[in-house]
Amino acid sequence: MSHSHLLRSSFIPTAPTSLHRRSAAVSHAPTRTQQIQSKIREIFMPALSSTMTEGKIVSWVKSEGEKLSKGESVVVVESDKADMDVESFYDGYLAAIIVDEGLSAAVGSTIALLAESEEEIALALSQKSSSSASSPVSVPAPSDSDASKVFDEMPSSEEVASTQVLNASVSSAGLGSAAHPASEGGKRVVASPYAKKLAKYLGVDLRGVVGSGPNGRVVAKDVEAAVKVSGGGGGAGATVVASEVAAKSSGVKLGSVVPFTTMQSAVSRNMVESLAVPTFRVGYTITTDALDALYKKIKSKGVTMTALLAKAAALALVKHPVVNSSCRDGKSFTYNSHINIAVAVAIDGGLITPVLQDADKSDIYTLSRKWKELVDKARAKQLQPNEYNTGTFTLSNLGMFGVDRFDAILPPGTGAIMAVGASQPSIVGTKDGRIGMKTQMQVNVTADHRVIYGADLAAFLQTLAKIIEDPKDLTL
Amino acid sequence: MQSAISISLSSPSPIARFDVINTSNACLPTPRSLRFCGLRGEAFQSTSSFKTSSFRSARLNSRSSLNKVFAALNSNGATSSSSSSGFDYDLVIIGAGVGGHGAALHAVEKGLKTAIIEGDVVGGTCVNRGCVPSKALLAVSGRMRELQNEQHMKSFGLQVAAAGYDRQGVADHANNLAAKIRGNLTNSLKAIGVDILTGVGTILGPQKLKYGKGGSGDTIITAKDIIIATGSVPFVPKGIEVDGKSVITSDHALKLEFIPEWIAIVGSGYIGLEFSDVYTALGSEVTFIEALDQLMPGFDPEIGKLAQRVLINPRKIDYHTGVFASKITPAKDGKPVQIELIDAKTKEPKDTLEVDAALIATGRAPFTEGLGLENINVQTQRGFVPVDERMRVIDANGKLVPNLYCIGDANGKMMLAHAASAQGISVIEQVSGKDHVLNHLSIPAACFTHPEISFVGLTEPQAREKGEKEGFEISIAKTSFKANTKALAENEGEGLAKLIYRPDNGEILGVHIFGMHAADLIHEASNAIAMGTRLQDIKFAVHAHPTLSEILDELFKSAKVKVSTSSAVAQPVPV
Repeated sequence: MSHSHLLRSSFIPTAPTSLHRRSAAVSHAPTRTQQIQSKIREIFMPALSSTMTEGKIVSWVKSEGEKLSKGESVVVVESDKADMDVESFYDGYLAAIIVDEGLSAAVGSTIALLAESEEEIALALSQKSSSSASSPVSVPAPSDSDASKVFDEMPSSEEVASTQVLNASVSSAGLGSAAHPASEGGKRVVASPYAKKLAKYLGVDLRGVVGSGPNGRVVAKDVEAAVKVSGGGGGAGATVVASEVAAKSSGVKLGSVVPFTTMQSAVSRNMVESLAVPTFRVGYTITTDALDALYKKIKSKGVTMTALLAKAAALALVKHPVVNSSCRDGKSFTYNSHINIAVAVAIDGGLITPVLQDADKSDIYTLSRKWKELVDKARAKQLQPNEYNTGTFTLSNLGMFGVDRFDAILPPGTGAIMAVGASQPSIVGTKDGRIGMKTQMQVNVTADHRVIYGADLAAFLQTLAKIIEDPKDLTL
Repeated sequence: MQSAISISLSSPSPIARFDVINTSNACLPTPRSLRFCGLRGEAFQSTSSFKTSSFRSARLNSRSSLNKVFAALNSNGATSSSSSSGFDYDLVIIGAGVGGHGAALHAVEKGLKTAIIEGDVVGGTCVNRGCVPSKALLAVSGRMRELQNEQHMKSFGLQVAAAGYDRQGVADHANNLAAKIRGNLTNSLKAIGVDILTGVGTILGPQKLKYGKGGSGDTIITAKDIIIATGSVPFVPKGIEVDGKSVITSDHALKLEFIPEWIAIVGSGYIGLEFSDVYTALGSEVTFIEALDQLMPGFDPEIGKLAQRVLINPRKIDYHTGVFASKITPAKDGKPVQIELIDAKTKEPKDTLEVDAALIATGRAPFTEGLGLENINVQTQRGFVPVDERMRVIDANGKLVPNLYCIGDANGKMMLAHAASAQGISVIEQVSGKDHVLNHLSIPAACFTHPEISFVGLTEPQAREKGEKEGFEISIAKTSFKANTKALAENEGEGLAKLIYRPDNGEILGVHIFGMHAADLIHEASNAIAMGTRLQDIKFAVHAHPTLSEILDELFKSAKVKVSTSSAVAQPVPV
């Protein structure tokens, strides 16, 4: 009997194997009966083969709010054997997606909610928001108590839903409504296929996007630009890091387990690998009055502090090639022929190190331009491998957060990394016995002691300090 | 039409073919297997299993008798019946496309004095404006796609800097390929002594026709049998203005004169799909306009769905289904191409699109005008020449027109190059005194996207309908490319092979493949259908490991047939 309920309220895949239902799904059939009355149905992870215990959502064919009719594909599920389309057994609206693309769920667990009418989408959404707190990312089959709790809360949650709807409408209105030249007074949006896809993916309302394509058409880069503006990224160089990190801290689901993104996995791998390298650190305090003055002077020409620091480090490395060397096999080391300064940038919840190639040879303006380009590419995830993995020396700057000193981990395959703290006014004693005020910053270099020794770093830092304290060479 | 057969033959060996076929025909009790492409280099291969040692020696001797045979051929069938029966030719074929070519080759094999009339260029649509140049473009797009897919490259451990292309270079590749194949085709006809008559061919009456530039300079000839093989041209629905620049058909698109930022493709069949593959790989964005409710209407629904997920959704493509493009105006005076869409059912205006270019891929229309069909009382149906199952032309009174046949796109039975060729060979079998009916359900079709789509026989809904009507059960078996070692080694695990069969007798009703090299994989299934091989027998055939062919092996093995193996395959062979 419970079987019949299941089949009626659930989704079965196109494969005839769907009758192999797992017991997990059967166990909370009673809840489902009630939900049929409420016209909000749950979509379950189907069993696509007799051996399948959990499935991964490859992609949602439909997105939230979309109408679907009986027999239409809703979701693509990857089982242990193949990818399969799962079809809807009812007409209705895909109200809420509970398990997102790329995540796995046990057979029989709820992966989405289906509302019978458009009005009920809000109701379903509230159901989702209350249930999502209790559903971890790798969704196990919900226990009976969980499911019934969801149901209990439903009447009162209508309030929540309406505020959500309100929020949504406010935010879309806030996007503004630039009239589209090719859109008959803003009634119609002309956007290229990829721009539309991207907008859907990034949640951008195309009505608010100004098109730069032929005849004012919205193209992909306009959508990307719109995201940047609304994201508040803006500034160049180091400031990007600050705003991106700040933006990231909100909107995190507490208590959730989040699988690594590709970038995070790569970072994780590199970090563990770094433990195999014997490192040591040498610090130095550098007076930056002259550098600050120079920066102020050429800032208007698009020069960034990151570029200045990279250039200074590169010039110092010219004189100390051993600090620019790298040891990969533990038996020999390479004096790198290029001085490529990698600069760590926090981006999109991860970390990437765009590389300023031949920083010693490029002038500061070219370097600044190049840096801006790299940051833009990094944010668009368009960096080519040679633009982020060819660094020979790394720079990490947390100064803009007010951090006065920190310690960096040496990226594998390079010889040294320099951690740069904030430059701040300090009271210093001078040689003639007086007290003066100077702006100073602390730098701290981590290096591979197999090839770089204390004296090497000391000499390098001394050169670097000289360059920064008398920065005329930087603009040559 | 876009589904190509590969026609590349640098050194035709028509003499050998001539010899062997004669001998093998004499001794074969069973109908000979069909050749889908009349241009096969190795004619021996297909018949060698039937040969006895004496035939083997005949084959070895063929080289020494070369001169003699050539002499006979140069006089083009002088020894055959035509001279005695008073006709100029035994056979005249109108149209030197793939169909006409296949028929001509087979006719010469059969000793018929043959001529082929061509008003344009040898090779027809397939070679010049269809399958062949499009394969060149698709070869480029496949590589582009691979190089651009950083994830894919990374999974191999490869690093590739941004891949770029030179439009003219790509276009030249397509053009050169067409020229080369055209040359091969022409040479293969000349080498066996087929007369290539230049001009438009018109039928004047029974067994009589003329060719030439039109007017009084035309030459009148007689032929015992005539084959119409005039092919087709791109079909352009009314309301659409093709200017060849911003609103184009496949004829123009294959020249790749420009790569628009945004192109609308009207029609999501083979042609549209293949071009979407080319254009998106080269950086264009694509909008499909499909009159039916589903994209890729010709395919098995399940395959279509999977194909949509792989070939459409992740790419820079969107689509409008259930709509007609009622009016398309080319770009002019700085204005983009305007496309008016109306609902396919209600005919109400639905939307207007403004794009950089539009490709009309709504199918193909038969090219049968000026053929002189009125002289023999034949009325075309929507332009197609009506024929029976033996490709014999039917006149306005429903009677067969003697000695007149029509093959290929012009009859509309199955608009595929290799189908035309197979129909041509079937006709030659008949005119040389052997009854032959081509099984169209054994003709494979392929769409050369990345990955490819191929199929033969019935789709699942068609099979179910047939099963219901005729009262037999249908079963489905599927295998995934994910389970195939070779596919995984290539990092191409996305794909599905589907078998539709009768569990009661093991008959293969249809096979559909979506995945890497699907177009090459289908032939094991199409040959099995053509030969009538049953699943219970074919499942014992051995496949090399690891190869993609194991996907079909797997598929055949997973079928559950209720009858046991017939004994034919179990003959012991001493090793």
